[in-house]
Amino acid sequence: MKIAVLSGKGGVGKTLVSVNLAAIEGVSTYIDCDVEEPNGHLFFKPKDVLEEEISVKIPKVDNELCNGCRKCVEFCNFNALAYIKDKLIIFEEICHSCGGCVLLCPDKALTEKNRVIGKVEKGRSEQVTVYTGILNIGEASGIPIIDNLLDKNKSLSDQLVVIDCPPGSACSVMESIQDADYCILVAEPTLFGVHNLNMVYELVQLFNKPFGVVLNKCLEGENPAEEFCKEKVITILARIPFDNELGTLTSNAEIAVRKSNRFRDMFFSLLDTVKKEAQHEAATNS
Amino acid sequence: MIIAIPIEGKNLETNVCPSFGRTPYFLIFDTDTKESEFIDNSAATSTGGAGIKAAQIIVDNKAEVLLTPRLGANAADTLKAADIEIYKTTSGLAKENIDAFIAGELSILEEIHAGFHGQGR
Repeated sequence: MKIAVLSGKGGVGKTLVSVNLAAIEGVSTYIDCDVEEPNGHLFFKPKDVLEEEISVKIPKVDNELCNGCRKCVEFCNFNALAYIKDKLIIFEEICHSCGGCVLLCPDKALTEKNRVIGKVEKGRSEQVTVYTGILNIGEASGIPIIDNLLDKNKSLSDQLVVIDCPPGSACSVMESIQDADYCILVAEPTLFGVHNLNMVYELVQLFNKPFGVVLNKCLEGENPAEEFCKEKVITILARIPFDNELGTLTSNAEIAVRKSNRFRDMFFSLLDTVKKEAQHEAATNS
Repeated sequence: MIIAIPIEGKNLETNVCPSFGRTPYFLIFDTDTKESEFIDNSAATSTGGAGIKAAQIIVDNKAEVLLTPRLGANAADTLKAADIEIYKTTSGLAKENIDAFIAGELSILEEIHAGFHGQGR
């Protein structure tokens, strides 16, 4: 079963929920798709880490063969090519790796070369297989890295896979949830939290994914995010308290379920609820 | 000498456009013949890389000098490859900036910004 954890902004508790769910399950896989600032590895501190470079294909020009027809320049939707003083200039960072220019070139002056944009790490933390996607600073899109992470685990169906998504509801999040059987939306108990929850709520509906909400940092009194869930008839999977011990463990990069019985019970119960919800959804939709 | 300027309207009394890549028009002015040509900037609606495409348009119109209030890195690289000189405009109309350039009162544009990439996405 693949579970994606997402939220409309950063710092809401995606990694807290993802890491603790994978850890309480035991034999499981954790995938950090937040490739711009992956932080799950700080908690898992994986061992036996293997690295793999991730590249994209970009065009390379042989100016001897180029006849200056400019078909590539006109074709490129992102204007990654310019033809100046009888020479083709390629802006590598602008290129979106569609390969169109190479296909179009009548003189075969354009070929493809690899450009490294980041890496994927695979390691182990107790029984959890930990994958981390890392996008190099300055790169525009982490999608190829997210794709690589998910492709590696596409056929993994006999164990729990927790996908820790990037914040927000943009392309990289859409990519991260594509294989998910169930989505957990994490929300803060503020009006701002409701706004951000609504963004991911709309997204998972658009993708027709079964989902539920985890209310994090819950205090006594009003919880606008809870009100929102009631109004929209959204399943509330758990309420995580605004708790000093949990905050301290997390800020010390400890995994709460590995340190405290109280949190072991809490996340075990959340995992149990999620599994039941996901199976229920699967049964209703089949 | 042929000068290019990003402008907001199709006349000499118009303001210089603060954006190079996404300016609606360019003024192409020939200092020898005093002839003006106003061209549409087809780069303005680009998904991305507007600065590069706009620079290509300037180059294709045989400009030797660009007068602009600011410029992004990719556009600057394209223009530099074409040996186009880049001067910084002052507040005022397109016409006033042309006169200032001819009088030698404009300075070379030193600061090149990193660009506003990804905003069209």
